[in-house]
Amino acid sequence: MRKTVIPFGPQHPVLPEPIHLKLTVEDERIIEAIPNLGYVHRGLERLADIRDFHQMIQVVERVCGICSVIHALCYCQGIEEIMGVEVPPRARYLRVMWSELHRIQSHLLWLGLFADSFGFESLFMQFWRVREKIMDISEATTGNRVIVSVNVIGGVRRNPDPEQIRWVLAQIDWVEAELQRLEDTMLEDYTVKKRTVGKGVLTRQQAYELGAVGPVLRGSGVAQDARQTGYAAYGELHFEPVVETDGDCYARNKVRFRETLASIDLIRRAIHRLPDGEVRTKIKGIKPPQGETVNRVEQPRGELLYYLKGSGQKTLDRVRIRTPTFANIPPLLVMLPGHFLSDVPVVTLSIDPCISCTER
Amino acid sequence: MQGIKRFINQLRAKSPWLLHFDCGSCNGCDIEILACLTPVYDVERFGIIHVGNPFHADLLLTSGTVNHRNKKVLANLYSQMPSPKIVVAIGACGLSGGIFREAYNVVGGIDKVIPVDVYVPGCPPKPEAIIDGVVLGLGKLQAPQERNGERKEA
Repeated sequence: MRKTVIPFGPQHPVLPEPIHLKLTVEDERIIEAIPNLGYVHRGLERLADIRDFHQMIQVVERVCGICSVIHALCYCQGIEEIMGVEVPPRARYLRVMWSELHRIQSHLLWLGLFADSFGFESLFMQFWRVREKIMDISEATTGNRVIVSVNVIGGVRRNPDPEQIRWVLAQIDWVEAELQRLEDTMLEDYTVKKRTVGKGVLTRQQAYELGAVGPVLRGSGVAQDARQTGYAAYGELHFEPVVETDGDCYARNKVRFRETLASIDLIRRAIHRLPDGEVRTKIKGIKPPQGETVNRVEQPRGELLYYLKGSGQKTLDRVRIRTPTFANIPPLLVMLPGHFLSDVPVVTLSIDPCISCTER
Repeated sequence: MQGIKRFINQLRAKSPWLLHFDCGSCNGCDIEILACLTPVYDVERFGIIHVGNPFHADLLLTSGTVNHRNKKVLANLYSQMPSPKIVVAIGACGLSGGIFREAYNVVGGIDKVIPVDVYVPGCPPKPEAIIDGVVLGLGKLQAPQERNGERKEA
């Protein structure tokens, strides 16, 4: 049979971002997939040469608009570690709250897009309707919907008052009730199962060897989550990673859905234990960062790693960012062969690709 | 013939189809564009449909800075769209390069590559602002027709 090469992307209706896969197909079956990256590359890491280490917070937030809080959190934690700045306890708990809010909005966004990828458009609309509530919470507590810019070196910028916190709890309850209503459709529906069960299987061994991270790894049965390291206030919140063992698209879908509910629970626990006091340590008078560090946090898509190096100057010597989608592309290339062309959007979306993270 | 053209233009502004291309944005604007299509903002009630094919599109929504690799893709998409076409640049990066303007792989705003009709500022702009920008663009889609009409009367 003759082989044909079909381009998938860079402009594709299912993915809002330009990823380009060269798919070699035989009849309708894929035998090879070659990724072709670089459409979103901007060269953010070199901006560290001209922006000082405070201004870099705004830059790293724009590595990815979907998980901006977590990028800034990782960067700030790294700088705080080098400079020896102690973060007030209230700020650590608030950081958990905003990170988990962002995780929920990112997972809801993904659940919607995933439903859209197999043509279940009304489910897409339902998830995005629920997501708007999270965006309202973001806007009310931080001042912006998507790129919220709350993390600063030494703490957080905003301090929600008790009334606002009570309001957040009420909104979170609403989100949980809505999600429980949608759970039956997303996880038990015949159409959803037909398109996802047994598609894009990644075994535990493969996931481990290829270095998958985040829900892709946990969907294959490895209980690994950077939140287990206990950064910010996670160490005090008794966090348990969500694990599924099947390793197919359905398992990854289930992991993300259950993680959304787990995040709601984490926010509740963080709010109940929220200490009083300051939210920001003054860092005036402390010397600019001198030294190097590696910092890991858990993004909605998996483990995020920052390497930071400073030499006592206002600008940092090096900022290196390793993002989760970069680690999840090799597993994707293993998942794709053997599937029909019509399954490509479903399998590709199941790793939750964030191209703007990957290419920076 | 004039009558038919006017009729088609009217329909075009009543139900514009839009194409979205992300050329190097951080996703912030893209998810706000998608949020416009969902129940809270719901632009589909105005007949605005998000299509994946440039041959079907009247409006091009672009977000993010242009870089050296995707400027060709952007120019291709623009040239494949049938006239009359409207380009809406979304977000600070689409306007001027925004926070990324000094990065080495960034060309600058969308208008360095293709002509832009409406600029929507913000980082990222709220869905209301994006809808406002699209509506302004639709005004431009109707405008040549109205100008022709005036000339005819005079």
